[in-house]
Amino acid sequence: MHEPTIYEISVEGRQGVRYPQPDVPEIPLPEIFMRKELPLPELSEIDAVRHFSQLAQKNYSVDTGFYPLGSCTMKYNPKINEQVARFPGFLYTHPLQPITTIQGNLYLMYHLQEYLKEITGFAAVSLTPAAGAHGEFVGVKMIKRYLEEHGQSHRNKLLIPDSAHGTNPASATMNGFDTLPVPSNSNGTIDMDVLAELCQRDDIAGIMITNPNTLGLFEKDILDITRLVHAAGGLVYGDGANMNALLGVAKPADFGIDVMHLNLHKTFSTPHGGGGPGAGPVVTTDQLALYLPGPIVTILEEETEDTAPLYGYLIPEKTIGRVKAFQGQFGVLVKAFTYITMLGAEGLRRVSEYAVLNANYLLANLRDIYVVPYDGLCKHEFVLEGVWKDLPDIHALDIAKRLIDYGFHPPTNYFPLIVHDALMIEPTETESKDTLDAFIAAMKSIAKEAREEPELLHAAPQSTSIGRLDEVKAAKMLNVCCLPQYDQ
Amino acid sequence: MEFPKELRYTETDEWVRVKGNIATVGLSDFAQDQLSDLVYFESLVEIGDTVEAEGNLATVESVKSAGDVLSPVSGEIIEINGDLEDEPEIINTDPYGNGWMFKIEMSDPTEVEGLLTAEEYQDQSEG
Amino acid sequence: MFIPHTYEETISMLKTIGFEHIDELFSDIPAPLRNTNLDLPEALTEMEVSKYLEEISQANETTQDMMCFLGAGYYNHYSPAIVDSMLRIGSFYSAYTPYQPEISQGTLQVIYEYQSLICALTGMEASNASHYDGATAAAEAVLTAFYQFNKKRPKVILSHFINPQYAAVIDTYASDLPQVNIIHHTTEDGEIPSLIDNETALIVLQYPDFLGNIKDYSAIVNTAHEHGALICVIVNPIALGLLTPPGEWGADIVVGEGQPLGIPLWFGGPGLGFFATSKNMIRKIAGRISGETTDANGNRGYVLTLTAREQHIRREKATSNICTNQALLALAATVYLSALGKHGLQQVANTCYQNAHYAAQEIQAIDGYTLINTEAFYHEFVISCPVPVNEINDHLLDHGILGGLDLSEMYPEYNNPVLFALTELNDREQIDTLVEVLREFSHA
Repeated sequence: MHEPTIYEISVEGRQGVRYPQPDVPEIPLPEIFMRKELPLPELSEIDAVRHFSQLAQKNYSVDTGFYPLGSCTMKYNPKINEQVARFPGFLYTHPLQPITTIQGNLYLMYHLQEYLKEITGFAAVSLTPAAGAHGEFVGVKMIKRYLEEHGQSHRNKLLIPDSAHGTNPASATMNGFDTLPVPSNSNGTIDMDVLAELCQRDDIAGIMITNPNTLGLFEKDILDITRLVHAAGGLVYGDGANMNALLGVAKPADFGIDVMHLNLHKTFSTPHGGGGPGAGPVVTTDQLALYLPGPIVTILEEETEDTAPLYGYLIPEKTIGRVKAFQGQFGVLVKAFTYITMLGAEGLRRVSEYAVLNANYLLANLRDIYVVPYDGLCKHEFVLEGVWKDLPDIHALDIAKRLIDYGFHPPTNYFPLIVHDALMIEPTETESKDTLDAFIAAMKSIAKEAREEPELLHAAPQSTSIGRLDEVKAAKMLNVCCLPQYDQ
Repeated sequence: MEFPKELRYTETDEWVRVKGNIATVGLSDFAQDQLSDLVYFESLVEIGDTVEAEGNLATVESVKSAGDVLSPVSGEIIEINGDLEDEPEIINTDPYGNGWMFKIEMSDPTEVEGLLTAEEYQDQSEG
Repeated sequence: MFIPHTYEETISMLKTIGFEHIDELFSDIPAPLRNTNLDLPEALTEMEVSKYLEEISQANETTQDMMCFLGAGYYNHYSPAIVDSMLRIGSFYSAYTPYQPEISQGTLQVIYEYQSLICALTGMEASNASHYDGATAAAEAVLTAFYQFNKKRPKVILSHFINPQYAAVIDTYASDLPQVNIIHHTTEDGEIPSLIDNETALIVLQYPDFLGNIKDYSAIVNTAHEHGALICVIVNPIALGLLTPPGEWGADIVVGEGQPLGIPLWFGGPGLGFFATSKNMIRKIAGRISGETTDANGNRGYVLTLTAREQHIRREKATSNICTNQALLALAATVYLSALGKHGLQQVANTCYQNAHYAAQEIQAIDGYTLINTEAFYHEFVISCPVPVNEINDHLLDHGILGGLDLSEMYPEYNNPVLFALTELNDREQIDTLVEVLREFSHA
């Protein structure tokens, strides 16, 4: 049974929240600019609360269950984060307030900047990008600007591994680059021979790499990769989505990466919110630091015996420009700061240790049941094939939907592109052995059903309030708004 | 999977039927199968436009995928299949017949010689 | 801290893998690359962290401690309790992007309702699931227009009276698309029509504009459409509770910042960039879209639709790389508008207008202060002051008042200009206090 929309619940004359009348003398509104109708719904507060609470119950979430979603790092979102981010001192500060009135915010941002640099090994950072893709856009643009300033504008090709996330080539295009694919070898890592050949070209701007890569494998040749690209005259962009495998283990700056983004909503526990908000800070070397987008928080006046440091803003000299309004997703930054502060160095290292332990534990238990195209020691995630050669009618989609009947969110489907019917699994460190064992049992059971009762997979999910939805109809009929006057 | 023998094909999955100087162009059975249920067809050219071989003719979209239709030959667009905008699924059900997309008056009919035969295309697609 | 494993479980799991030590899990990382040096402060317990963050937060002065007359794109509105209480529900905030619709109907329906509300406010036919903020939404509008004309029309004209931060972000987004020519108009909007030609892709206007003015843009809209160019209007969503929406006077794209819809100031983020357009442009826009459909039994449900436009499928052919929306904030706006409804929003919108007009009237009555706005204005206005704005603002701060934005650098054509904003959280007493303090700088 579907929950009606707010327009369907609306009853003329109902009002939820009421406001006082203005206590200033009222003047007439400018008639020529006044709208004739305002087609908003009318609900009482209880209507609204029940409606949204009902909708909440239709959602799977980390709070209710396991998400083995490769490349998303769906770890537990600490409750303390929610509380702390809402301290009035943070909540009620206007972004344009004079700096003397928001030293608390600037202190927090300054120290978060320092922590992210320390964790990744880089020299400089900007907290402004609002999401991972936004950070990518920034990093790629910084590379472009650097090359231009050094008389290298003819370098217009970015190398992109065929296992890359779709945002990578899209970020390249947004910055006026063309892309050249770099194939993976039979081990699932970058094909060094092809890379070496590509690096003979004189129009290489750089490479966008993810390490560990999207198959969950550590690119052992990473130093050679970055060396090759640098020798060819290019720079290296690092997609930091997989940072959960490296905390306190290795520093991406040591790999030869020049600029990288981080996903605070992945590695640093800030919640996904159903699709956002996130935050995608960008870290970089001294060489590219001047190109970062501002504002960046800096110390304007050093501390003295009696006074704390005075924090303020700085716009880097050669900045690529502003990439969003104000300073960044502050409400998200507070949560990441809180997380890092609670964990400390020891806690962060344990995150990666257990993220990798959990992934390898799952792999060890599943490798005999499912095809593992690139087998071996994985990092925080791994990829299975959602097909068996002798069962041509079963695809990853069917396995994914059947997992829902077992109470799990499906793993990432159909990505990376280089694996047929990929199922990318990333448990994260916050899942217990019990949860993992239950997941393993479900996966084994589904593999058996695929063979013996395939109709269970094809009909899945059966246990949800709604079955598989007609996506073709959604695209063709295109009903994206339920206003009465736009009756579809 | 069909690969009509009288047609020629491109490596990018378009087919060409030649009658005199006119080339009729569409997407192959293999292509429509890969894309699955098409929900959208948009022509990027108008009648009267000149195209080069491998130039962009149209965009097609399915739920899971999007693709470009590239011109197998150079010439002038003389006809566009108007049914496809409202019923792109014709491309799935009848890719070589009612699913035709463009008619082009070729500027260099010898270009067709360089395209793949049905056998070559079948090998490439299924190989 | 959030790792549940016991020692025994760890050993048992390592054994299954075939290892004895956790360190073996990283044997694939070449020794020269291993770096375990993390110079970070000692870990803190939850209790300690809570105290620490509280101290940090108290090193700020807030709009609850001071009277706020500062706006310029972000506004101090009241957020009803229901909004945050819905945002705190774990099944909303700890959910993932709704790629598996059968278990994400909550998020998908909220986004669908959000889209509908944005259409209601803006008068447009279709909305996406949001962008990071108003500024990036405006930049995406420029990209949309650029691709709409297949890169053949290079010109984009920005009114002098749009939010300068938005203009800056548009510049950044266009900076590496060499075929795009962003023109920053520097004089009155009335002169824009003479610049519009067949090379113009888009004109970007703001309504009410950055200085608070409500203007009739029909001359620009008509000229634009005569030449086949598009119009993008940046709007304030609260103002749309009263003002004729751009969808009714010819806008092709409407964008703006949704923070005023129940989202806290939060020092500038996370906010909510809304983006609405006509049905026939819907395939050209970036960002997620939730669409209605049915399952095999005819039950109504929602899915992400038109995903073939997005980066995960189009990859280098995508017009934008956007992968996230501001889902949780879209929820906030949806709850806010549902809780206020038609009448509530009209009330808030009216109070903002009334407070602003009372304040403007009282301030301009002070000798030495002049109201710069000559046309109708909404809840912001510009005052030309007798002394530099920073002097006035410093003094106001001493009296616990957060003054307006100093516009001296952005609009040097005015003399000591300050942009005041009023909302339903201001009242007569606050305004009278502001006026008294301002009077201290009067010539008289």
